Amino acid sequence: MADREKEHNPGIPVVAEKVKVEAPPGEERPAPVPTTYEVPIGPIHPALKEPIRLTFKIEGERIRGVEVRTGFAHRGIELMGTKRNLIQVLYLSERICGICSISHPIAFTLAVEQAAGIEVPARAQYIRVIFSELERIHSHLLWAGVAAHELGFDTLLHLTWKVREKVLDILEELSGNRIDYAIPIFGGVRRDITPEQYPKVGEMIRYYRGLSDELMDAFLRDPSVEARTRGVGVLEPQEAEALCAVGPTARASGLRKDVRQDRPYLVYGDYAVKAITPEDYGLKPLGDVYDKTVVRLLEVGQSLDLIERCLEDMPPGPITSFPKIPALLAHLKKAAGEGLGWHEAPRGEVIHYIRLEGGLDEPSVWKVKAPTYSNLMSWKPMFEDQEIADIPIIAASIDPCICCMDRVHVVREGGEAWVTKEELLKLSWEKTRRLTR
Amino acid sequence: MILKTLISQLLARPATNRFPAKYMPKSVTHFLTNVQAGKAKIVPPVPVPPKFRGKIAYNREKCIGCQLCIRVCPAQVIQFLPEVKKIRMHVARCTFCAQCVDACPVDALDVSPDFLIADTNRSSKALTVE
Ligand code: SF4
Ligand code: SF4
Repeated sequence: MADREKEHNPGIPVVAEKVKVEAPPGEERPAPVPTTYEVPIGPIHPALKEPIRLTFKIEGERIRGVEVRTGFAHRGIELMGTKRNLIQVLYLSERICGICSISHPIAFTLAVEQAAGIEVPARAQYIRVIFSELERIHSHLLWAGVAAHELGFDTLLHLTWKVREKVLDILEELSGNRIDYAIPIFGGVRRDITPEQYPKVGEMIRYYRGLSDELMDAFLRDPSVEARTRGVGVLEPQEAEALCAVGPTARASGLRKDVRQDRPYLVYGDYAVKAITPEDYGLKPLGDVYDKTVVRLLEVGQSLDLIERCLEDMPPGPITSFPKIPALLAHLKKAAGEGLGWHEAPRGEVIHYIRLEGGLDEPSVWKVKAPTYSNLMSWKPMFEDQEIADIPIIAASIDPCICCMDRVHVVREGGEAWVTKEELLKLSWEKTRRLTR
Repeated sequence: MILKTLISQLLARPATNRFPAKYMPKSVTHFLTNVQAGKAKIVPPVPVPPKFRGKIAYNREKCIGCQLCIRVCPAQVIQFLPEVKKIRMHVARCTFCAQCVDACPVDALDVSPDFLIADTNRSSKALTVE
């Protein structure tokens, strides 16, 4: 069969792996020979937006296993960070991810503020929360559009992205940029939200509230979307927990897990944010793609509520504790110690770790953990026994961001190399020892 | 909702701005030369909000050559000219974070709404601010 396939499609590399099955004694016709194929997808492939290699073991139309190979988008950002001063690293952290371009700087500033003992004024904390919720809205709508596209429903993609323009306009109005807002700075934020801008944000909130029923209809009560997403890419709660899934991926499986709820930071504690699961929509969580859509769409509503309440409660006052940059640079240079900052990004938990040595402009260690890193493992159970046609939507369902996550690429003697589990463990020990020395 | 939007979209203007011309010109360079000669008109770009972060504007007179902007710039855009104690910016590298604007002690730098700065030559006149 493999040879025939090769004859027809000489360009597609198909690796056949025949499994010999002995015919049971007494039967005349031998049992059909089960054959699995390996189909590599990526690192460059039209179905993928970012470089990653997925090698599927396929039997007929069914996926029997998947192997994930990462490292194609490794940019060495952590090392670059240790060669620049902290203000420069802040903008580097923003460019870890274009979509989470406030989540990484917030986690990073929180880490540095902890290490350097910097206080953040109340108003700045509210502004940071407002920006991160605006980002959540735009990221979830972006995901919804991408999901529709992966289902082959491009009309819905264009509709969702048209709707998404509104929040991007607000972000541009408030920050001056559609993405990469450059808002947080150590000790506060760089731009205030002025009284003239309040009504514009209020209008955006009303716009999305007015559309919420229609969007829910288009995504959750559409028979064709439901047919393609129900029971597809299931992640059981036990598996989600065992594989340390985070963000909407974990919440869709029914785990009430959200950094804003579990370890509140900034002003999230005042609002008692509750992690959203499909139960809030009256569904028993299955952890399939449909549930992930439910969670993300409900979170858009939750973000709207949070923005509204923050705008009401925001006290007047300064927006930064270091209005003068030279003073900030001098303070950061003196600071010594380590800090850990975390944030619930649209895709899940982001963690930044920083270590500062007194007297140096640069941090000596900078460690980043992006949400996709935690969620990648959950692909394995999700792909199990699914159909080839569902690969794009299952891969997209964790909202992967490959370039955020690629932290390691091993090159040895000029060529690529594999690292065994034992070697990896040893490397990890060595690195931990270096960090905690 | 989808059908309703689809039908209304058939009659409405396109959601996106048809920039720089309503229909794709055969040759963009030719079209732009015509625009400069006043023979053709471009469709104006979408308006930008106040305090939009575009190309950085530099006021050479005000600059005191303190090099603070160079210290905070994450993209190494800014070159110091030691003879005159002024700066030169290579805008092609700029990330438009406006941190230099915040850092400048004498407000010699500011954001401008100018974003039509794409060029094939990264050291062209439009991309070098001094
Ligand atoms: S805007 Fe940012 S990247 Fe551009 S010159 Fe200023 S500091 Fe450098
Ligand atoms: S910070 Fe301002 S004054 Fe100092 S060198 Fe830069 S532009 Fe000139």
